[in-house]
Amino acid sequence: MVDGSSIGFWAGYAWPVILIVLKVLAIVVPLLLLVAYMTLAERKIMAAMQMRLGPNVVGPLGIWQAFADGLKMICKETIIPTGSNKVVFLAAPLITFVLATLGWAVVPFDAGLVLADINVGVLFLFAISSLGVYGIIMAGWASNSRYPFLGALRSAAQMVSYEVSMGFVIITVLLAVGSLNLSDIVESQRNIWFFIPLFPMFIIFFISTLAETNRHPFDLPEAESELVAGYQVEYSAMTFGLFFVGEYANMFLMSAFTTVLFLGGWLPPFDIEPFTWIPGYIWFFLKVAFLLFVFVWIRATLPRYRYDQLMRLGWKVFLPFSLLWVVITAGALIIFDWLPGA
Amino acid sequence: MASSQIKSYTVNFGPQHPATHGVLRLVMELDGEIVERADPHIGLLHRGTEKLIENKTYLQAIPYFDRLDYVSPLCQEHAFVLAVEKLARIEVPIRAQYIRVLFSEITRILNHLLNVTTQGMDVGAMTPVLWGFEEREKLMEFYERATGARLHANYFRPGGVHQDLPDNLLEDISEFCESFPSFVSKLEGLLTENRIFKQRNVDIGVVSQDQALAWGFSGPMLRGSGIAWDLRKAQPYDVYERMNFDIPIGKNGDCYDRYLLRIEEMLQSIKIINQCIEEMPLGAVITDDRKYSPPLRSEMKQSMEALIHHFKLYTEGFHVPAGETYTAVEAPKGEFAVYLISDGSNRPYRCKIRAPGFAHLQSLDMMTRGHMVADAVAIIGTQDIVFGEIDR
Repeated sequence: MVDGSSIGFWAGYAWPVILIVLKVLAIVVPLLLLVAYMTLAERKIMAAMQMRLGPNVVGPLGIWQAFADGLKMICKETIIPTGSNKVVFLAAPLITFVLATLGWAVVPFDAGLVLADINVGVLFLFAISSLGVYGIIMAGWASNSRYPFLGALRSAAQMVSYEVSMGFVIITVLLAVGSLNLSDIVESQRNIWFFIPLFPMFIIFFISTLAETNRHPFDLPEAESELVAGYQVEYSAMTFGLFFVGEYANMFLMSAFTTVLFLGGWLPPFDIEPFTWIPGYIWFFLKVAFLLFVFVWIRATLPRYRYDQLMRLGWKVFLPFSLLWVVITAGALIIFDWLPGA
Repeated sequence: MASSQIKSYTVNFGPQHPATHGVLRLVMELDGEIVERADPHIGLLHRGTEKLIENKTYLQAIPYFDRLDYVSPLCQEHAFVLAVEKLARIEVPIRAQYIRVLFSEITRILNHLLNVTTQGMDVGAMTPVLWGFEEREKLMEFYERATGARLHANYFRPGGVHQDLPDNLLEDISEFCESFPSFVSKLEGLLTENRIFKQRNVDIGVVSQDQALAWGFSGPMLRGSGIAWDLRKAQPYDVYERMNFDIPIGKNGDCYDRYLLRIEEMLQSIKIINQCIEEMPLGAVITDDRKYSPPLRSEMKQSMEALIHHFKLYTEGFHVPAGETYTAVEAPKGEFAVYLISDGSNRPYRCKIRAPGFAHLQSLDMMTRGHMVADAVAIIGTQDIVFGEIDR
């Protein structure tokens, strides 16, 4: 009896759990390293665009800068404002951080290289990215301070507005694929990546991801020159660090999402010899890296929208346009009998 | 009858706020994001300059003018030395006048570069400011080569300038003038036609002609509203009347017009600088009236009188005949003036400084009312506020 139950426990429960934990670590640890180096890459790229050097003191070409920053944040004192709601105040950065890493569960890095190949991957990812706003709202409210509160209000309005048009963009892709599984979406782009037939939707989606991740030119919740740092004002040390890492991990996540939906995920650009030698996850990484570069490029180039202009763009331009494209796509699929699986 | 009253949301904007250009404290009452009232509080950088000047000799007062608007130091020295020259009736050698005009215009470019690029920063564009600083660095090197200091030059003197320009400086400045217009067009490429930049500036902080006059505006703030008033043309001082340049004016009186106007003023300054370099004669750079300017070092070794002059100038200072004057110059930010009263002693009896930014700041409430918080930032940027001169 002892033997039987222990074999059952190990084979049926413990081993799979350990395996999953290892898989999770295999995703999260490289992710955090990449996030650390994303901050360095951003500073270096922006420095090059702004005719300056960027970090170059900590190690050759500043390669240890990311770790120096991380160490500094861990060592500093976490200040909790007296007037704040302590539990919510501390929960907010955790939520932001956890949600930014959670989405990676369904992202396929290569054929079959995915933690959870669930059938509603798109919905899961969409839900996770929508929940991200809670971290910011909670931070703004719990700080019990003026600037964070304004930042949180802006953030809530902004994320809701852009989620709607993002939803429609996703619907067009889903219509063309006929599946909510992310691996299936990638596989169906074998002939042509979706950003070619659905180009306007690709642009709208990418701009919406900028708004979704609170990046330039939509970084109103933390607008340096208006709200100082918005919802982050009262945060210090690692509580701030978690927001920071969360924001960058979110950029990675949204770039991966865009890659899967429009840039053919792990597929090589041409399905011929030299391109197919390179493994799929490398292609996936290159595409994500390109999108991240565009994030930084935009940050170095554009001014910031005003609050009402941002809302107008979301509701009066993107929403009607993406709605129209849903109808056009659906109509085209029906007329030419291209509906997948029909 | 319980009636609930909606209180407006009061935000303390500054003094430690990156967009206040120094130490402006703005108490803003907000309705959502709409500014209902913006109440500027000043005095956080007050150093008592005017009172300090009353206790210094005329020569010792000059460095204080560098430290008023620390972005355009030489233009302010210019106002003070002109005032002293007017009271003491000092003749200024023509080369010195050219040098002063040349450096006043370099100062104008220094100031406008900072303003235009930080205007970009205020609306969220990060890159222009860093590009602009690269060019400012070159200009400050010219400052350094002529005066020995990058910022607080202390170069102009009643009767001329402290020392002649070093070799090759004029050649290098004219080289800079050749490359500068292409830099400006690169800078404009990032901002002028950028849709977001336009959305953030067009029709923001509109000031009509009447309002501009009523609030005592001057400089680009006045010209932005379409009034072609420039002291360099209206009451030319030094060799400005020989200079051939245009006064750009705005049409709508909004932030965008003032931005364009400042860009154009920089290019006009380049034109003036080029003319100065071409026409500048050789000769003395400071008056030879030894009651006001120090004798040469070599002369002091030979002549007892020169030694006495030197001693008297640097201990007691010179005496300025009793009288009063209001002398204004067109500083980059507007009409900068010195109201100087002399009682015949070696120190000013009173030195009232008219700072253009002070008049502009008082209109902040008028200009921001009804705009959004983000616009208030753009308006502070367009007013070109520097607290050194406002608080004095």
